[in-house]
Amino acid sequence: MAAATMALETGAEVLQPSSEDEAISAFGDGAGVTVLAGGTIVVPEMTYGYLKPQRVLMLAGAGLSGISRDGSRTTIGAMTSVQDLADLAAPLGPCAANVADIEVRSQATVGGNLCAPPGRDAPRGDLQAAFLALAAHVRSAGADGVQTDPIDAFLANADARLVLAVSFEEPAAGAFARLDRPHTHDYSALTVCAARGADGTARIAVAGVAGPAVRLRSAEAKADDPAAAADAATADVTFADDALASAWYRERTLPVLVRRALTELQEAA
Amino acid sequence: MRFTVNGVEHEIDSNPLAPLLHVLREEIGITSPKAGCQQGGCGSCTVLVDGAPRRSCLVAAAAVDGAEITTLEGLGTPEALSPIQAAFHENYAAQCGFCTSGMVLAAHAYLENGGAADRASIQEALAGHVCRCTGYVKILNAVTAAAGGEVSSSQRWLPQTGEESPVEVPGAPA
Repeated sequence: MAAATMALETGAEVLQPSSEDEAISAFGDGAGVTVLAGGTIVVPEMTYGYLKPQRVLMLAGAGLSGISRDGSRTTIGAMTSVQDLADLAAPLGPCAANVADIEVRSQATVGGNLCAPPGRDAPRGDLQAAFLALAAHVRSAGADGVQTDPIDAFLANADARLVLAVSFEEPAAGAFARLDRPHTHDYSALTVCAARGADGTARIAVAGVAGPAVRLRSAEAKADDPAAAADAATADVTFADDALASAWYRERTLPVLVRRALTELQEAA
Repeated sequence: MRFTVNGVEHEIDSNPLAPLLHVLREEIGITSPKAGCQQGGCGSCTVLVDGAPRRSCLVAAAAVDGAEITTLEGLGTPEALSPIQAAFHENYAAQCGFCTSGMVLAAHAYLENGGAADRASIQEALAGHVCRCTGYVKILNAVTAAAGGEVSSSQRWLPQTGEESPVEVPGAPA
């Protein structure tokens, strides 16, 4: 523990905004800023000396939390805890409930999960798949000011943005399938989320692949036939080996999860 | 920074980014939260932050500025155990004791929130806590008993400080 304590003696500058506006201005263009939301990823990385931040933007007092509904549109503040989503409809609710255990889930935030880079040993950021399936929009701040982007575009540029809120239209139906975790502390090796929009189109996404979560467009094109969609499931994905599972194993199990999720989606509709 | 620990207010000098675990153990000298994995994976450092169980190794000190922290030391005393402590005692739910502080606090919060006496719900509430002695059955028995109001007394006999005779260990230096 002595070494762990020493890792903190670097004297990082700590910014503690007390409102959204202050948080946006403290983040600026994001250069050299480490955002500390719930802390479930950043704090242990500092403890172990993997992360030696120069400037830390601590969001604990900045507000930014809460779930609001306006008609069919749900908006979730970046600092809302993952646990607070656990009772929402599929795919988001069950996906959130599958993250860690209740203590970690109650501290971890939606914004942190959305921006989590892949870990050293395991993928992170299960909620990315749910928000991709829901065609969510992300309101964020950064070099170009505050803007709202489709989740797909946001994930490609998440490093340079400060998430403020995520919003989506209630789907007509949703589904969630994942590889069981050996223990509640494990990240999920593969998480599949599917949703059918009000216009009837289905979107399917997977987390636990190489890099951030991705949409399975080839499977989406055959969404009405779960077996055919399963055959097309791996067409848009790059798999990686890590401590949780091999790429070989993921490639063989993803089609099963896609078939299960789409079957559930058909039954829910 | 200031926070209240077990009813006592403390002015905190530690680095604002230091984990609450280190502040409690090294600055305040409260050692019931254990430094196990220090990455959120074992539950031995769990404390109550404004009544909610949190891994103190994952909480940056400045994030709980002004909060009320409760550790095991704040639940009961040897003379008057809290119901969950009495339940652990009656059910032999501690073996080496390293996980016990976190287990007891998580179970206490579960009971305070009206948690039911069914094992599946208790398992879900304690799922993040690892017991490397694998004494899970007795821990679940204890929490189930406490949730069902089956703890006979919170005044069980425990050794009083200074009363017990010194333990003699054969071969130990005098």
